[in-house]
Amino acid sequence: MANRRDFLKVSTASAGGLLLSFWLPESSPLAAQQADSLIPGTPISTAPRFNAFIRIAPDDTVTFQIHKAEMGQGTVTSLPQLLAEELDCDWKNIRTEFPAVEPEYGPMMGVFGSQSIRTSWVPLRKAGAAAREMLVETAAKQWKVDASACHTDNGFVINNSTGARLSYGSLAEAASKIPPPAEPKLKDPASYRFIGTSPKKRDTAGKIAGKTIFGLDVIRPGMLYATLQRCPVFGGTVASFDASKAKAVPGVKHVVQISNGVAVVADSTWAALEGRKALTVKFDEGPRAVNSTASLRKMFADLAAKPGATARKEGDAEAVLASVMKDSVMKDSAAKKVESVYEAPYLSHAPMEPLNCVAEVTADGCDVWASTQIQQTARDIAAMVTGLPKEKVRIHTQYIGGGFGRRGRADFIAEGVEIAKAVNAPVKLTWTRDDDLQHDTYRPGSYTKLAASLGPDGMPTAWTGRVVSQSFAGLRNGVDSTAVEGVADMPYSVPNVYVDYHNPDTGIPCSFWRSVGYSQNTFFTESFTDELAHAAGKDPVEFRRALLQKNPRLLGVLNLAAEKAGWGKPLAAGRHRGVAVVNNIGSYNAQVAEVSVEKGKVKVHRVVCAVDCGVLVNPAIAEQQIQSGIVYGLSAALKQAITMDHGRVLQANFDTYDPLRIDEMPVVEVHIVKSTAAPGGLGEASTPTIAPAVANAIFAATGKRIRTLPIRPADLV
Amino acid sequence: MAVTFKLNGKSQSVDVSPQMPLLWVLRDTLGMTGTKFGCGMALCGACTVQINGSPVRSCVTPVSTLAGKSVTTIEGLSPDASHPVQRAWAELDVPQCGYCQSGQIMTAAALVDKKVAPTDADIDEAMRGNICRCGTYQAIRAAVHTAAKYRAAKGAA
Ligand code: FES
Ligand code: FES
Repeated sequence: MANRRDFLKVSTASAGGLLLSFWLPESSPLAAQQADSLIPGTPISTAPRFNAFIRIAPDDTVTFQIHKAEMGQGTVTSLPQLLAEELDCDWKNIRTEFPAVEPEYGPMMGVFGSQSIRTSWVPLRKAGAAAREMLVETAAKQWKVDASACHTDNGFVINNSTGARLSYGSLAEAASKIPPPAEPKLKDPASYRFIGTSPKKRDTAGKIAGKTIFGLDVIRPGMLYATLQRCPVFGGTVASFDASKAKAVPGVKHVVQISNGVAVVADSTWAALEGRKALTVKFDEGPRAVNSTASLRKMFADLAAKPGATARKEGDAEAVLASVMKDSVMKDSAAKKVESVYEAPYLSHAPMEPLNCVAEVTADGCDVWASTQIQQTARDIAAMVTGLPKEKVRIHTQYIGGGFGRRGRADFIAEGVEIAKAVNAPVKLTWTRDDDLQHDTYRPGSYTKLAASLGPDGMPTAWTGRVVSQSFAGLRNGVDSTAVEGVADMPYSVPNVYVDYHNPDTGIPCSFWRSVGYSQNTFFTESFTDELAHAAGKDPVEFRRALLQKNPRLLGVLNLAAEKAGWGKPLAAGRHRGVAVVNNIGSYNAQVAEVSVEKGKVKVHRVVCAVDCGVLVNPAIAEQQIQSGIVYGLSAALKQAITMDHGRVLQANFDTYDPLRIDEMPVVEVHIVKSTAAPGGLGEASTPTIAPAVANAIFAATGKRIRTLPIRPADLV
Repeated sequence: MAVTFKLNGKSQSVDVSPQMPLLWVLRDTLGMTGTKFGCGMALCGACTVQINGSPVRSCVTPVSTLAGKSVTTIEGLSPDASHPVQRAWAELDVPQCGYCQSGQIMTAAALVDKKVAPTDADIDEAMRGNICRCGTYQAIRAAVHTAAKYRAAKGAA
């Protein structure tokens, strides 16, 4: 029975029991942009669809088919908490499954933009509440009492007057015959028993026993193993190849050319890798073979000298800046102008599980087993490659060994499917770490000019930013919102603001990287804000407080972080503090980093992080996500850059693209603001602020202003 | 060429290229996927197993070097995830994506076998070869201390 308005449907499950089908929306503008940018021409259907299912079986199990994926962000635990809260079922009876992508699913199914909780918050609780009301009504009918004379307790409906109990499983089938309530009543937050608690994560047991199956662990009968030799220059193509030596390697079965390069297919990964070493391929490298980090930097700097497309305009910032004399050290004027150029490198995602795809193409259709962040895209691309209708493509979602945005792209799925089709056998395509670093879809590099004028009171009167960073999410009026986010929406009250943008043409594939534009832009703006505070002779926390009076939630986390870090209080010898704030993905974050610098070597000792993410669903997962985001951002700030020469990426493995190690891990303290606001995201909340907090602490320690990432020892001595 | 070694307590023979790294023998030849591939160059620790009780990177260990040796993988660390390190990992809910955790656990298990009460410095030293891109380091450090306590209690019992 469909209830159009709520997109809630009730039916009898094929194996008996109650099946509830409903819709969890993806509301982010990124979702729409990504849908547009990934597969041009794919229509986004607006028909009523279902993308989440709950099945209550006669044996009392409650199976929640999650239209998301699990990549360490806790989806398989935190989403069931929302369901269990309103359904009032027994936590032990909850099961989760990743469903195959069905045609009736919505336009986007997947995990990105830190949205899993945000978009599920209302509909998932409503679905749970609806099911509970139907179970109560069914029991009430059997007892011939009014529904109000019953209550539920941990998977049972209980008759208030007789104390009789009926389990959900015993009621499920009969409940499936009645219409769902139009407006199920949600619980009073005061009586929550799951939301706000930290049950043990449901996927830990498998992960500590080596039993969890990630994409790379899938094995199919008769499966072959593939590697792919791609052109080292983006956009290049295969000119010719000689497979004779590769074919002589024991275990190698096929050498085939596909759109993206030449594949070596063998009876083990090792044989495929050995075969690839023996392969000779001549590439037509195309026009991008001239790219180098130096040539790109020059291209960006040249663009930054010219006006770009307007991203934000309030008042007349340029006129105000022009009126402030350029010489900011004028003795007889209290007005000042500060100008700086900031730069951030291209970055790779480098998830721990290398990209991979298991594919099988038969007359009956195409099956894909993959750790993908966006199942729909995977399906659509497999349909495109095979020429099969979408209904004939089945995506089997696997646990993800780290995504960070990379697995929202489906290039590796297209490759796997194309190889499987070419050799007419099930194939596992494995990317090596050098494939991963040299053929990523990168976090774009950026060259950004910031300028501001300070009035006689030391407060900013005008603020301008010019961002040069390539677009990957589509342009609107010449601006890619993901490239300027963090600069265009910088959170401070300044009367005159102007931000413009250039999209350099580099040919480098780019995409979403944990926290997207904020990952570099918050470093720029928060370092620059520190520069302004020092130019004004003000304390960096005080200065921000004065500018955040209209932003109470950001002010709240700033105050909390400053208090918990002991801002202004003496520190151990050699240690210094820096602060930074950000408002992204619906959450508010402030960090104070405690740093020492010795002979150019930066050590981050402690990070105090305050977060306002609205209602907190699972405090333990929240804390882990915050720590995780800090490690990811700190790895990049201290150690990582993708550089290029002759069009080739120079980094090939973790020796040249080294993530933070355990001995470099600071003590991270997380403080969460109590809030009743709708939940914000967490997965990307803490990544942007760590680099500026550390850089600002380095300034406090050394007087040296870091304007280029990563932070190099040479800049500090 | 067939090589015979002990794998998780049982004798195992494999007939593959002698140069083939143990990692691919486990994963592709024997279908044991608990041991993970991360870098292939002894740079990340995802593929860590124990050979005669010491942590070793299986991605750079040719199978021919194993003759007569004893290999333990995550699947063989305990029959029911009851090893002190696994219990500590469960207690502190360490894994995020989980992909690095087999390697982390195998390295940590070798550490607590050798050191009764490892210090933070011991942990850093032993574990710095194991990358976790999800950043579970703080939890790992706490869990190794917990595991050492479980291990000591078990030893005393
Ligand atoms: S895969 Fe062996 S150390 Fe990385
Ligand atoms: S838990 Fe994901 S890499 Fe360590």
